[in-house]
Amino acid sequence: MSTVLKSSAEETSAGAPTNPAAPKRGLGSRMRRLNVPAGLGGWIWLAIIIIPVYYVVITSLKTQAGYFGQNPLALPTEPTLENYQMVLEADFAKYFMNSTIVTLGAVIPTVLISFMAAFAIVRGKGRFLKLVNGMFLMGLAIPLQATIIPIYLMIIRLNLYDSLLALMLPSIAFAIPLTVLILSNFIRDVPNELFESMRLDGCSEWQTMWRLALPLTRPAIVTVAIYNGLHVWNGFLLPLVLTQSPGLRVLPLALWTFQGEYSVNIPAVLASVVLSTLPILVLYVVGRRQLLSGLTAGFSK
Amino acid sequence: MSNTVSTAPKTEAAARTATAKGGQRDKALAWLTAPALFFFVAFAVVPLAGVLILSFASWDGIGAIGSAGLGNWFSVLADPGLYNALGLTFLIMIASWLVQTPISLLLGVFTAGSQRYRAALAVLYFLPLLLSSAAVAIAFKALLDPNFGLATGLGLPFLAQDWLGVPHLAVGLVIFVIAWQFVPFHTLIYQGGVRQIPKSLYEAAEIDGAGTIKQFFHITLPQLKYTIITSSTLMVVGSLTYFDLIFVLTGGGPGNSTRILALDMYLRGFRANLMGPASVIAVILVLIGLALALFLQRLGGKDKQGSQLEGM
Repeated sequence: MSTVLKSSAEETSAGAPTNPAAPKRGLGSRMRRLNVPAGLGGWIWLAIIIIPVYYVVITSLKTQAGYFGQNPLALPTEPTLENYQMVLEADFAKYFMNSTIVTLGAVIPTVLISFMAAFAIVRGKGRFLKLVNGMFLMGLAIPLQATIIPIYLMIIRLNLYDSLLALMLPSIAFAIPLTVLILSNFIRDVPNELFESMRLDGCSEWQTMWRLALPLTRPAIVTVAIYNGLHVWNGFLLPLVLTQSPGLRVLPLALWTFQGEYSVNIPAVLASVVLSTLPILVLYVVGRRQLLSGLTAGFSK
Repeated sequence: MSNTVSTAPKTEAAARTATAKGGQRDKALAWLTAPALFFFVAFAVVPLAGVLILSFASWDGIGAIGSAGLGNWFSVLADPGLYNALGLTFLIMIASWLVQTPISLLLGVFTAGSQRYRAALAVLYFLPLLLSSAAVAIAFKALLDPNFGLATGLGLPFLAQDWLGVPHLAVGLVIFVIAWQFVPFHTLIYQGGVRQIPKSLYEAAEIDGAGTIKQFFHITLPQLKYTIITSSTLMVVGSLTYFDLIFVLTGGGPGNSTRILALDMYLRGFRANLMGPASVIAVILVLIGLALALFLQRLGGKDKQGSQLEGM
């Protein structure tokens, strides 16, 4: 069942590429004529994206001497993992764990409660639900960063300052509007007949939600989970303001302090940049199709 | 009113039971929103009200909170630093929009094509989104080192500048790095938008003999109207929050040349321990965000407001 659903979700979100054969030809020939300038632009942008990434990766493999002595874009003559070793010894594992805890602790509740809210908003009609939906939509327009000072105050008053929980709670709130929006877009695409037949079978809304809407929304759930995970994992302001102990640093904050301490050792600093990105890269490689097709559908309706 | 009741008692009763049922169902459904509502109200709506209240308070971040009346507002509004930050915020916002929109629109159209290599390119384009702003800022700092960075590597001496030391260069750099980080995301949005344009439009245009450029301006661009508005809204409202990147990249410097509003708020509040004035800045930030979002929605036409918001 899930493969069928998945492919249908992909089709709605990414039409052209998953649809093989005939109609593609027209588009293909149209695109081919655009090719020269567009293709050139595409490759130039690729260079703009890739050169910095390449620079960071190769520099992280250089020794200090190699960094000072070589052409910056040349491959290291004596590649070394010494920088990585140094970073790993500098409590990287702890920061990694902190980031993982905060990310999971924020993303799982976010997705769960947003899914329930999105289901209610799609299925219900009353004024209250409209109001709730309107409030979440307004949340999209408000730079929630602007609320950091009262959040800081609240976290202190709740006695949560300098704890990982302090990072999760606001992260959940910040992620709800967009998550509800994307999930409700997906739930809205569930054919009404399915809901009707569930109702005729005597299922309550609660059962319908878990047994019908949840499995059907799975691609979108994976999408928002990855998207929110990315945001929380990379979040900087909340950890900066709400924690202070070195033992509670999350990766972006650790990067920043590491950079302050080791600014003379650029290869080591860049090794920490690479290391902090690796887990997300792995996640991306695993969930890429989901993420891309889900985001496409979620944003460009 | 009594008239209605007497003329149609039957339908009235029927309608009442129907709404009662619907009402009950709505009540059950309403409870499902409770947890999300709780978190959102507790950590977004309450702080939003809190920031307004704190803008009238005097607080150093640690001690007791006192009242400042309108004092914070007067002092902030009289402070040239505010106007510097406001101007910069809008400059970076507009420049970012002008730089990012055409690039991501064209890349989106380009990558929506069907060849395999374009799909591969699109995958690589996505890379910057995986990096945290802190990582991006640190990487670019190393990259811009005049001796050991890109300038030497590429043999392009014009890149060997004191990027972080000269005000207008630092502003330009911030705009560039923001584009580097966020164009990929908007490319993705446009790619999705282009793929939803019905192929038949292009086929018809082709039969009519419209060329590629004509097709782009007469079909692609108008069809992408709502995608453009969605992307622009995210871009413009998002630009109010480029805090992390600028904080790590320039710290607001040199001088105050990259001190945008969000950074100004942080530095006043958490560095200078003036939470009251910082809250004033935060309120201004919220007002700007709301005004911009409403303005962009209007652009899309009132009738489509609902569906546009859905698209966001």
